[in-house]
Amino acid sequence: MTALPNATAKKLGLVIDLDTCVGCQACVTACKGWNDAGIGLSDQDPYGADPSGTFLNRVHSYQVAVPDGPAQVVTFPRSCLHCDNAPCVTVCPTGASYKRAEDGIVLVNEDACIGCGLCAWACPYGAREMDADQGVMKKCTLCVDRIYNDNLLEEDREPACVRTCPTNARHFGDLADPESKVSQLVAERGGYDLMPDMGTKPTNKYLPPRQKGPGTADPLTPLLDIKATGIAGWLDRMLGKF
Amino acid sequence: MHPAPSVILFSTLSGLGFGFLAFLGWGVLQPSGWAAFFLWALGYVLAVGGLLASTFHLGNPKNALKAFTQWRTSWLSREAWASVATLVLLAPVALSDIFGLGLLPVVGQVGGMLALLTVFTTAMIYTQIKAVPRWHHWLTPVMFLSFAVAGGATLAGHVWAPILLLVVGAVLWALWRVGDGAFAKAGQTMGTATGLDRLGVPSVLDPAHTAGNYLKREMIFVVGRKHAAKLRKIALALASVAPALVLLLPLGVWGIALAAALHLAGALAARWLFFAEAEHVVGLYYGARR
Repeated sequence: MTALPNATAKKLGLVIDLDTCVGCQACVTACKGWNDAGIGLSDQDPYGADPSGTFLNRVHSYQVAVPDGPAQVVTFPRSCLHCDNAPCVTVCPTGASYKRAEDGIVLVNEDACIGCGLCAWACPYGAREMDADQGVMKKCTLCVDRIYNDNLLEEDREPACVRTCPTNARHFGDLADPESKVSQLVAERGGYDLMPDMGTKPTNKYLPPRQKGPGTADPLTPLLDIKATGIAGWLDRMLGKF
Repeated sequence: MHPAPSVILFSTLSGLGFGFLAFLGWGVLQPSGWAAFFLWALGYVLAVGGLLASTFHLGNPKNALKAFTQWRTSWLSREAWASVATLVLLAPVALSDIFGLGLLPVVGQVGGMLALLTVFTTAMIYTQIKAVPRWHHWLTPVMFLSFAVAGGATLAGHVWAPILLLVVGAVLWALWRVGDGAFAKAGQTMGTATGLDRLGVPSVLDPAHTAGNYLKREMIFVVGRKHAAKLRKIALALASVAPALVLLLPLGVWGIALAAALHLAGALAARWLFFAEAEHVVGLYYGARR
């Protein structure tokens, strides 16, 4: 049913630290690797002249012009935010798109999807991509087939992107529980929502890059202040008059 | 947004078809015999042909019947119900006209209202999408309905048709005026999309991927926008002014055919613009707009 649940017992989601993310794309690869097993995420012409493929996670990079300091580079992973008020769910005509009442994960039942693409239109974040081979919509499942999977070691029961992140920039947990590690991270670091005015109430939060402070001066700068003496000093004074 | 031919054909033809069916249902023409057969067939072919065209847009059409299940929340599902209900309810009205069965006119009147309700549900599929600010406005359903009513009136040779065609022009003009400022008014920027506005002013350093993907093809369509100003004039002339003038000439049924053909061509141009000019906020991540 594409009606949203009134409330979810848990709010499982990700907290992404933009301060520690280095844009290595390991999460993109791990996501593709895990979710490519089974039915898969197809690629078109992957080794040819015009490659294209279905991904559930993409890493952008931005240059930020900071008012009182040097420009900063921020790498920015983008995937489904598992919104509380998910517009992708209610637009679905078949009930394929749904939000789980027990843990808040937004999923697609591919057996019911007609591939109309309306859910992808409704998402402000570009979290959904249509699989060109299968004709059905794909999205982040929060690795629902890992996090509850008793066949995996306990440390592996988290989303593939989180498990693989070499800088620990990605955190997984229950954002409905104020005591959880992720909730405390959000509170400590001022975690924020993307495009809050769109009214989607995302579960995933982003931690802002830490303030770098004013740029330290160039190491050669002190040399500019050397006072010339002797003939050089006389020249300096004379030339300064013209 | 990508102006897919299937969706443009679907919304234009079915809009015209349901508009014409509304006028037939309301008994504006009162045809009988073969004339009734051909007129009703025209309405049904346009409406059903448009609906069939829309299925070409689906990636997995074998599940199409499931689209009737979510009418409580989904406008697309409501459209499925409204269109089928209209076509089913108007069928006996068509038969009554053709064979002179004298069915109560109330059936046709309700069917006519349902036809317009169908067009409204189509419009709401686009209007509901907040992520496309240009569409997210009450003028969008007004535009779809004005096209359906004016197109239907033109085909029905209704005396009000020229006025209704001019109304289409006015609505188009208003929608463009409001739409041009809609994205800025929605207030989303690369800064709010990434949240980096709390740090400074972001710009794209390096694209997330060098090849194309579904998002870029489907929602970050920029080809041909440079011709938008010219196309607007063409759409306005063909959809509104030209057919209204043609209908004022004493050309009889040929005048109606010519006006309808002109109007349809203009409607297709306007609908192409409706998609091609619509910007999705996801483009912000790709630097399609700062």
